Amino acid sequence: MPEQANIVLPEGSLEKQTTRLNLGPTHPATHGVFQNILEMDGERIIKAESTVGYIHRAFEKLAERRPLYQITTLTDRLNYCSAPLNNMGWHMTCEKLLDVKTPKRVDYLRVIIMELSRISDHLICNSIVGVDTGAYTGFLYVMQYRELIYEIYEEVCGSRLTTNMGRIGGFERNFSNTAFQKIEQFLQEFPKVWKEFENLFMRNRIFIERTKGTGAISAERALNYSFTGPNLRAAGIDYDVRVHAPYSSYEDFDFIIPVGTTGDNYDRFMVRGEEVWQSLSIIRQAYEKVQSFKGQDAEIYHADAPEYYLPAKADVYTKMEALIYHFKIVMGETEIPVGEVYHSIEGANGELGFYLVSDGGRTPYRLHFRRPCFIYYQAYEEIVSNTMLSDAIITLSSLNLIAGEMDA
Amino acid sequence: MPRPVRFNVNPKDFSDRGINEIEMPEGHMGEGFFATSFDKVVGLARKNSIWPLPFATSCCGIEFMATMGSHYDLARFGSERVGFSPRQCDLLMVMGTIAKKMGPVVRQVYLQMAEPRWVMAVGACASSGGIFDTYSVLQGIDQVVPVDVYVPGCPPRPEAIIDGVLKIQDLIHNESLRRRHSDQYKHLLETYGIQ
Amino acid sequence: MSISRDHIKEKLNTQFGDGIVSWNDASDILTLEVKPDLNLKVLTFLYDEPSLRFQFLTDLTGIHFPDKTGAEIGVIYHVHNLKENIRLRVKIFVPIQKPDVYTATGLFSGANWMERETFDFYGINFIGHPNLKRVLNVDEMDYHPLRKEYPLEDQTRIDKDDEMFGR
Repeated sequence: MPEQANIVLPEGSLEKQTTRLNLGPTHPATHGVFQNILEMDGERIIKAESTVGYIHRAFEKLAERRPLYQITTLTDRLNYCSAPLNNMGWHMTCEKLLDVKTPKRVDYLRVIIMELSRISDHLICNSIVGVDTGAYTGFLYVMQYRELIYEIYEEVCGSRLTTNMGRIGGFERNFSNTAFQKIEQFLQEFPKVWKEFENLFMRNRIFIERTKGTGAISAERALNYSFTGPNLRAAGIDYDVRVHAPYSSYEDFDFIIPVGTTGDNYDRFMVRGEEVWQSLSIIRQAYEKVQSFKGQDAEIYHADAPEYYLPAKADVYTKMEALIYHFKIVMGETEIPVGEVYHSIEGANGELGFYLVSDGGRTPYRLHFRRPCFIYYQAYEEIVSNTMLSDAIITLSSLNLIAGEMDA
Repeated sequence: MPRPVRFNVNPKDFSDRGINEIEMPEGHMGEGFFATSFDKVVGLARKNSIWPLPFATSCCGIEFMATMGSHYDLARFGSERVGFSPRQCDLLMVMGTIAKKMGPVVRQVYLQMAEPRWVMAVGACASSGGIFDTYSVLQGIDQVVPVDVYVPGCPPRPEAIIDGVLKIQDLIHNESLRRRHSDQYKHLLETYGIQ
Repeated sequence: MSISRDHIKEKLNTQFGDGIVSWNDASDILTLEVKPDLNLKVLTFLYDEPSLRFQFLTDLTGIHFPDKTGAEIGVIYHVHNLKENIRLRVKIFVPIQKPDVYTATGLFSGANWMERETFDFYGINFIGHPNLKRVLNVDEMDYHPLRKEYPLEDQTRIDKDDEMFGR
């Protein structure tokens, strides 16, 4: 076949020519839709060619049509396993452009929500790595606590998965007592469950044999491929946007960044597992800080930015400026200042960046999402060449590829 | 002399609570057998053992994972075994946005399924394109395959997905044995270009 | 940070002189615009120069300004020096009739798909790219959708009535 002309079988191969296997867009549920065409020599993969775009929804073109607060619903659907993280990142980008400063209490509440969504994403990723090696129980056990996280989201914003949480400058309402109760319940019950989940895998001989040494990438190659997030940290580089460019008062918190050595599947699993512990500690610190605000301070849940945040209804009915701001915001006629801004946050998969160019007017002129999944999936072809097919499957799930973020 | 059995000697009366009790089909009953006609029982048997194919593309897929989890258990309705091979499955659940690039794949998976087959469009994107009225998104999978049940929502709550499965079960229960050979069904498939 | 913006400006000005069209110091990241055929040279200089070492490509994207005749399509690079924690934004603009740009894949392997995405959306021809095909849209698509003259909605759909949707 003409396509095989440049593929050379390795020494000592028992095959006469390579086979083409289509690891097609319809995977067994969870992973998302992307396709790999593999050239195989028996069980060994020689070359892989990836195709993405099976769920391209044209977010960037859609965003040119919508005012800033309507774009939050698009950001939900980027990395849908941790939707509030994307929402908060987008709000911070808008605040950077509009020059709005959020009060400390709002920052700490945002930190709680962001770390909860990071835990929720790592729960899915690690349990799916378990499912792919054949261990289905861990997944079911951990989904129960994801339901508790969903209940917390419901208390804050009303929705489970695609949350559209928060507004430019803060939140739409103060966290209720039930929300704080549920967060406390989570902080008390979840550590035991996570410890049990880790005991299933961390020192399990079968799991270690399957994941150690497979799917490795060196630190130099990872940096060249612009990896970020847990995949880069598993390779040994401690780059975390929360520490390098702290946003939302992360500098007030005390946490460590777990780093691996070889960048293989086992290191990625362990880095994500340890990040869950660190996130739990951050949530505990943030919860105590929020509880320490008393009296009038405990009622602050948004910044004072009436041009971008809907004023209180009592003011709208009595004061002229509040009425005008309310009208302009609801009709979508607030003008964004001219300028361009790039803001990035530490998403669950890496550095999630938003590049926003505005020329005045109601909607952005250009909005580009710097999506970590899209960028590190390019390296899959290099990671997987010359490995076995079963290792390639585990690499696919341990890289945590979310199709919504990849194709945007 | 049969041993006297002692169970349910005080049956409770549930007729005021609106609990659905399925009535027994008409037939001839005897010692250890029950004879009825095939079309009365095949619906009952089929609807409680559906093998779904979760075609999960995006966010609705994560809500499906929550539905299969232990909190909202879909397995209690008989859909314990989800399969990923179209040849073995009855119900194609399309969950998530279908882009134009993915349309031929959905169609191919549908064609590979054997009769009787049902299709459920879960979520706003699969039903009508959802919030994505763009150049790259298929505005509803009924552009490429015939759909039986649409479940709206973005994403639909697990209870809504279960409600959709219950409606599919109603359809299966009431479906006549000859439906797949009828002219109306053939005409429906022709409008989609399926032989 | 031990590298100041003035140091970067001075180094680049001495190396490239009038290859640099303009500086923008007022925005959150130091931004410079260079002449289009110098993009690879500027990026390589930023990569190799011992006091600069911008060796991480954060982002690569395109933009379309239909009103700037002769320089409609732009490519925007965000690079990052991880050790000193400083970012830089490099912009180039090319005319829409001949959108040729040298590829950065030799320097950063991560630029491969980012350039394919920019080609898919804007039609920029990256010279020297190993595999310049569409990555997100269908291969048979014959136009570049993110250019400003094309609408968002699919014009061939029959069931949705534009008037009812307020377009």
